[in-house]
Amino acid sequence: MSEEGVNPQRRRLLLATSGLGAVGTVFALTPFVLSMMPSARAKAAGAPVEVDISKVEPGQLLTVEWRGKPVWILRRTPEMLKALTEDEKFLADPKSSVAEQQPTYAQNTTRSLKPEFLVLVGICTHLGCSPAQRLVAGTASGLGDDWPGGFFCPCHGSKFDLAGRVFKNVPAPTNLQVPPYSFISDTRIAIGVDKQGAA
Amino acid sequence: MQKLLTWIDDRFPLTKVWEEHLSKYYAPKNFNFWYYFGSLALLMLVMQIVTGIFLTMHYKPDTGLAFASVEYIMRDVDWGWLIRYMHSVGASFFFIVVYMHMFRGLLYGSYRNPRELVWLLGMVIFVALMAEAFMGYLLPWGNMSYWGAQVIISLFDAIPVIGQGLSEWIRGDFVVSDATLNRFFAFHVIAVPLILAALAFVHIVALHKVGSNNPDGVEIKKKKNANGLPLDGIPFHPYYTVKDIVGVTVFLMLFSAVIFFSPELGGWFLEHDNFTPANILQTPPEIVPLWYFTPFYSILRANTFAFFGIQAKLWGVIFMGLSIMLLFFLPWLDRSPVKSIRYRGWMYKSALAIFVMAFLVLGYLGTRPAAGPNLIIAQICTVLYFAFFFLMPWYTKRDKTKPVPERVT
Repeated sequence: MSEEGVNPQRRRLLLATSGLGAVGTVFALTPFVLSMMPSARAKAAGAPVEVDISKVEPGQLLTVEWRGKPVWILRRTPEMLKALTEDEKFLADPKSSVAEQQPTYAQNTTRSLKPEFLVLVGICTHLGCSPAQRLVAGTASGLGDDWPGGFFCPCHGSKFDLAGRVFKNVPAPTNLQVPPYSFISDTRIAIGVDKQGAA
Repeated sequence: MQKLLTWIDDRFPLTKVWEEHLSKYYAPKNFNFWYYFGSLALLMLVMQIVTGIFLTMHYKPDTGLAFASVEYIMRDVDWGWLIRYMHSVGASFFFIVVYMHMFRGLLYGSYRNPRELVWLLGMVIFVALMAEAFMGYLLPWGNMSYWGAQVIISLFDAIPVIGQGLSEWIRGDFVVSDATLNRFFAFHVIAVPLILAALAFVHIVALHKVGSNNPDGVEIKKKKNANGLPLDGIPFHPYYTVKDIVGVTVFLMLFSAVIFFSPELGGWFLEHDNFTPANILQTPPEIVPLWYFTPFYSILRANTFAFFGIQAKLWGVIFMGLSIMLLFFLPWLDRSPVKSIRYRGWMYKSALAIFVMAFLVLGYLGTRPAAGPNLIIAQICTVLYFAFFFLMPWYTKRDKTKPVPERVT
């Protein structure tokens, strides 16, 4: 760029004006960009859900909706609980070490408050599909003889055991999420609220 | 009439534009079959915009009403079924045409100097078109619409730090919801089409600045007659306008055949799972995007290994992004002294053949469950796909080329 014939005072004025214009454009864009964030209504819609679990048979899985997501309540049989202690060799994170994936009271082998009842957000941690139930162990599942029972995500082939713990060498990075929940009584569960209060 | 034209020309460069872009735009005389797809892509853009305008007259962007409003268009609106099928089949045909158009570029080196910018603009159009198709697919609010959007938006979750917030910003909610449907409608019917139309215009302006390539990959502007016109060029109008009309006629015959006899094309153009309304508690047994996304979808899910301390999911997203990004760099990856495949050696010919095979196999595997041998084949094809680009500077340089003629043959 040639500096010849340039009035430095006018050039500075020009630069300052353009700079101010650029700042103004960013300010003007802000309301449009922020208007796309979740609205106040969307944020308020996350109320806890109460579920009656008295009619759930051992080995049965109940799906309920919480915050627009499917939540599973599985009543595990003694065989299922036994399988959880034997399938560690398949798992990427058997100790549930990723803290965000469950409340601290579910950071155990069964990933639950009461071993019998498993409560999970039924959304694959890979890309948000809802994994299919393959609760029965063995060949009948179509996943091989050594299948311990669990969940199989048909989208991208991720596998989880009956505590929602992720297998090794599958696309999903972490265990399925356990939502905050608490027992109101022996037959009623509140999802989205725990002893410390609403999540 | 002449007076009217003069009156206009004094106020708007009508004759000048007509001459520059049609009656005196000299295109090489040796265009073949592959050169139909540029004008066909323009035809499809117009077709999608026109049918889309009429669909918006009846469609309702509301999770409670969307699915039923599409059924209403199909059953109760006069000729609604035809307009809707023209739009849904049109989307697939648009991608067929665009893929053929891009393959033509690979065959004859149309992305090479001086046409790099034409190629880059075309690639931006391709990406915009994918966004357009993806958002349009949510609108019928079928179960596959819902879960497809859920999966693709979750891709952004994989980005460290900002991922979670970014995907909430895109959805306008914590899950795909009414807010998402409404904004995708806005993007699909106005924002992206405006961008596409503008980009298509700029793509053609850039092309007409440098002139069209041809199957021999020689520059016709190098040999000119006494009047300064290219010896091997013919005016676009009437020669190629008439040729393209033949192409359009044959194309519309195929297009109508699909619309009237098999608009769903056995689940390839409209998926069976999208004939049930979106259900947030029930994933379809198999989440599959439409065929035009499946090669990239295959690459996304092919990687199941975590390495360099980055989880497998993020690698999948990186690989998918890279598989599209690499196409942008073609003009600089190709180091061959010749442009057209006619004068290239066995190396580029084999590489291109392997690349096309890998792309088609990935596309097919993207529609099948990702497990067992399918997964391994997808992994091999992903490697082949990337090898085409990463090894290109090497094999195009080493390849034995044939002498390029002075003029087109």
